[in-house]
Amino acid sequence: MNSGATLSTSSLIIASSLVLISLFFSYYQKLNLEKETIIGVIRAIVQLTIVGYLLNFIFGLKNPFFTTLLLLFMTTNASFNASKRGKGIKNGFLISFIAIGIGAFITLFILVVSGAIKYEPYQIIPIGGMIISNAMVAIGLCYKQLLSNFKNKREEVETKLALGADILPSSIEIIRDAIKTGMLPTIDSMKTLGIVALPGMMTGLILAGTSPIEAVKFQILVTFMMLSTTSIASFLACYLAYKGFFNGRKQLI
Amino acid sequence: MSILEFSNVSFSNEGKSILKNLNIRIESRDYISIVGPSGSGKSTFLKLCNNLISPSEGNISFNNKNVSEYNPIELRKEIAYCFQMPHLFGDTVMDNLSFPFKIRNKRVDMDRIKYLFSLFSMDEEFIDEKVLNLSGGEKQRIALMRTLMFTPEVLLLDEVTSALDSENTLIVENIINKLNNEGSTVLWVTHNDEQSTKYANKLLTLENGEIKSLEVLK
Repeated sequence: MNSGATLSTSSLIIASSLVLISLFFSYYQKLNLEKETIIGVIRAIVQLTIVGYLLNFIFGLKNPFFTTLLLLFMTTNASFNASKRGKGIKNGFLISFIAIGIGAFITLFILVVSGAIKYEPYQIIPIGGMIISNAMVAIGLCYKQLLSNFKNKREEVETKLALGADILPSSIEIIRDAIKTGMLPTIDSMKTLGIVALPGMMTGLILAGTSPIEAVKFQILVTFMMLSTTSIASFLACYLAYKGFFNGRKQLI
Repeated sequence: MSILEFSNVSFSNEGKSILKNLNIRIESRDYISIVGPSGSGKSTFLKLCNNLISPSEGNISFNNKNVSEYNPIELRKEIAYCFQMPHLFGDTVMDNLSFPFKIRNKRVDMDRIKYLFSLFSMDEEFIDEKVLNLSGGEKQRIALMRTLMFTPEVLLLDEVTSALDSENTLIVENIINKLNNEGSTVLWVTHNDEQSTKYANKLLTLENGEIKSLEVLK
């Protein structure tokens, strides 16, 4: 392997033989995953290459407008993905966009104002990508939990409505449970950071030649921002989405 | 004076007709027993009264005003509904008994809670009991107490004594009769023949989603 931040294309091509190992197991064990694996590999190469060139271009522009545009593009994609996860959630795309957008904005704003990062594409875009995708996964989990709770606890909600409670006190336990579900993976992964595996970003920095101590500092920063974005996005998504389970007469749909 | 009136009310869910063209006037202070085979639409009828669901066709009025003109939250406080399955929530009995106060932004009135415990001949120590430790009958009585924390104008009861022994059934029947005498209108779904005619002044029989008969008993 090449040292430092560069990796020669020929080494990468040789390393691509690793894919054959996976294909071999799939074929040998009749897993029928060959097609999926090949599609996955091709997509990864094509998508990442495009992203690489795009980022190279935008980093070169050093224009805050394009940086913001790219962040918006990422948020839109993440919202689309999260709303697909939450089929049955009313206005899923819009709610996801608001939740992820505000979560990412607040976190990035604090990071930039505190001087932890600069509003420059090479810092904002990778960090934005991390928090946006983390928020996307979190609210996807929130939606799943909201949908299952409103189905399984229907009678409990109706009992509270029948007592004359408004829709919020009738659903508050469900909302809290869904927010928790969205946040727990981030909290759990915090607990095992460095013990189970070195996190991706820290690994990346170390591979690129940064000293482990510096890499750790960045990783701690990343952990905090993940936590803040996940909480904001989960909170907003659940509080905006629960209303869609009721109609104008405050009846469960 | 009629307190609840159904005019040509039908209800269907996912294309399935559950109640068909109901016309009934419920007078203030009526005590109506509702009987009929399972699936005849008794619980749906109560849910319509409480505005937990809205009719697919027709009108329901409460105190001569269409229910859709009321704030559903306020309406449900006046037309209280106790379910067949007692769903207790939170950890303790107190979580359930304090709920009606919380949703009204009122301080918990311990005197009222203690009064209800004495009315139901239940030990006050149940207040701190965990919901999980309660028997089916205890849950049913706590759920009813929760419904009765504020005396409603109309009381909808769905087989609320199904898990009770005869002694406690009698206690509950007497409490409901007392409330009726004090001015509450009562609609009680029951499968118990004796119970259906004991205190009620009318007997409503539903069959296949239609009113089969409305007998005046007293």
